[in-house]
Amino acid sequence: MNLNFTVQEKDFQQEVQQFLQEKLPKDIAEKTKNALHLSKDECNQWQKILYKQGWAGVNWPVEHGGTGWTPTQKYIFANECAKAGGPDVIPFGLKMVAPVIYTFGNEEQKQRFLPDVLASNVWWCQGYSEPGAGSDLASVRTTAVKEGDEYVVNGTKTWTTLGQHADWIFCLVRTGEPSVKNQEAISFLLINMNDPKITVSPIITIDGRHEVNEVHFDNARVPAINLIGEEGQGWTYAKVLLTHERTGIARVAISKDRLVQLKALAQTSPDGDNKLIEDAIFAQKVAQVEIDLLALEYTELRTLSAISTGQAPGPESSILKIVGTQIIQAIDELYVEAAGYYAMPFVPHQFHDDFDGQSIGPDMATNSALRYFNNRKASIYGGSNEIQTNIISKAVLGL
Amino acid sequence: MDFSLNNEQQMIQDSVSKFILNDYDFDTRRKILASKTGFSQENWRLFAELGWLMLPFTEEDGGLGGSMVDLMLVMEEFGKGMVVEPFLATAVMSGGLIALAGDKEQKDDYLPRIMAGELQMAFAYAEPQSRYQLNNVKCRAIENEGEFVITGQKSVVLNGHHADTLIVAARTSGATNDDNGISLFLVDANHPSVKREGYANVDGHQAADIWFDNTPTLGLLGELDNALPAMNNIIDKATLAICAEAVGAMEIAHQRTLEYAKTRKQFGRTIGSFQAIQHRLVNMFIEHQQAKSILLMAVLKMDSNNGSDAKALSAAKSRIGKAASLVGREAIQLHGAIGMTDELDVGHIFKRLTTIQFLFGSTDAHTKRFAAL
Repeated sequence: MNLNFTVQEKDFQQEVQQFLQEKLPKDIAEKTKNALHLSKDECNQWQKILYKQGWAGVNWPVEHGGTGWTPTQKYIFANECAKAGGPDVIPFGLKMVAPVIYTFGNEEQKQRFLPDVLASNVWWCQGYSEPGAGSDLASVRTTAVKEGDEYVVNGTKTWTTLGQHADWIFCLVRTGEPSVKNQEAISFLLINMNDPKITVSPIITIDGRHEVNEVHFDNARVPAINLIGEEGQGWTYAKVLLTHERTGIARVAISKDRLVQLKALAQTSPDGDNKLIEDAIFAQKVAQVEIDLLALEYTELRTLSAISTGQAPGPESSILKIVGTQIIQAIDELYVEAAGYYAMPFVPHQFHDDFDGQSIGPDMATNSALRYFNNRKASIYGGSNEIQTNIISKAVLGL
Repeated sequence: MDFSLNNEQQMIQDSVSKFILNDYDFDTRRKILASKTGFSQENWRLFAELGWLMLPFTEEDGGLGGSMVDLMLVMEEFGKGMVVEPFLATAVMSGGLIALAGDKEQKDDYLPRIMAGELQMAFAYAEPQSRYQLNNVKCRAIENEGEFVITGQKSVVLNGHHADTLIVAARTSGATNDDNGISLFLVDANHPSVKREGYANVDGHQAADIWFDNTPTLGLLGELDNALPAMNNIIDKATLAICAEAVGAMEIAHQRTLEYAKTRKQFGRTIGSFQAIQHRLVNMFIEHQQAKSILLMAVLKMDSNNGSDAKALSAAKSRIGKAASLVGREAIQLHGAIGMTDELDVGHIFKRLTTIQFLFGSTDAHTKRFAAL
């Protein structure tokens, strides 16, 4: 057992730091640090910079253009990015559909899809949840009926994050007869959204944003060659993808950086004639979250080191999802507390690049409640925390 | 011991409850929020006609009683509909300050207009640095040839954008953090030296940041240098009001979540049939009940002590804040993603339950005050 970085790892750390200093655009870093939303162009800009560096496919196998990094390197990279304000990549292509394609896709599909995912030429979104299938994902109703060399797709997907930007959607669809048991009737289909038979309608969330969507399929015709693997095996592939999603969801590096920033904020935030950090109760709450996060960080390191490379993480990744999202939400709450009255004004327009009016309160404060509201989703998406608890209960504890 | 309502109290509750049920459904509220003023002038006139704007005032002042029980009854129902009309800012806080600290002339001038629904007011006390400390006042009023002029900034002033007249807490002597040396002034909100930036809060209520630059006043309200006791009294009263509002809002949040759990099916059965969900719905229920109990405690203690009992009030705010936090978050979580949407009321209840947790002092701030008293 050893926690020290090797000489090579220290060199790598320096390399990452230097890269971020030279290549990470300052305006993107600034926005990321202030928890402001990036535009589609800004997301792509950053991901293409990573691609040029050869660092877009952090978890990908080397043969498909992945980094081949060790768990320690991944850990170093995530932490340095968070510190520098390097945004998370949009996960749907690079972290979600890609592992399914390189694990279960055929050669033709790998060659057709993976290069554009890696280079962020194509924006992907996720077609899993439906109005009647949220936590119970296996009960999807969207159907794909085979006609010749095409599937005819009908149904509605919902909570499709950033689907308004997407070129492609990966979907769980029912291909089996209605009598077939849910999980054996599900297939994994890649669908080009440039089709008038597919419509995207916005859903506004409680923070006033358009982040998620409904995607409707009305007799959309999809080439059968876009099916991943075999019909009826979609549920198996989806589960692999979900465990990938769950580790990413812990967001330990970002939470660490947000806590550092929160403490800096508390040192300057006035509390009457004092500073907020002098408030013993507030300081204790920050410390409590920090301690929880330390434990989570080492849980994540244990997981990373156990799975080494290539393998999908096991059901214990549910711990990362549950605790990681609890910590995200606890930090959000502390930001709201730090903001005090200035958490209240709803003034998202003043975060826009071209705003030149009178700003209300510090941005960090007026953005805090919106982020707190938005991140209530964290314990709901990616398999709600209740589902994660069930997974641990069944798959780990055997209950 | 008797927790039942008398006839008059029952009538108040019935009348507000009927209004919420019939005239303040979620869609109506949405339209009100989207309107130019962000609240309904028509509702405001109705509140006046129904005598609700008279409820916070004593009969001596031309009102209908001014008890905490009355205030609780109105606000609990308002909480069920998430009413955004500026009852708190105009009637409870501003009217309350005039009733408490004003001279006869001021009372005669302002109170009838407030009760008739003809005047909008706001109380500007918080500042960028003050957080929840009412005594922390930087905004200064300087006497110049017998007239005061005010200079400084006030933060997140409820109803500040639509108010005709403001009550401004300003420092007339001493240092920023002194208990003494704060005075209240009536100020014409439309005076050219007053700059107002209005906005809606995340909970839909209207507010403004306000800057004063050598602004003349319409007069001193109450004693020079000694406004803090009146400010404490009125903020406590307003705090009680939002505690009652939270209790009403929690009732609806729980009710909606319970209904949803009984109808939403996943894995071939209603989610309410899962024990994990059942226990959480029960915890929400317990929190709401505990909140309701401590609200009653504070109301009764304040009413039996001339409308003021800081320790009881802080106990209520602290406990209700804790309940509001759990109930609001669980309402979203148990709804799942649909609870995150703007089109469903639970998300909006959650947002109001969130702001109530730090409005007029956070849960921690009131716990600390309770311990210190």
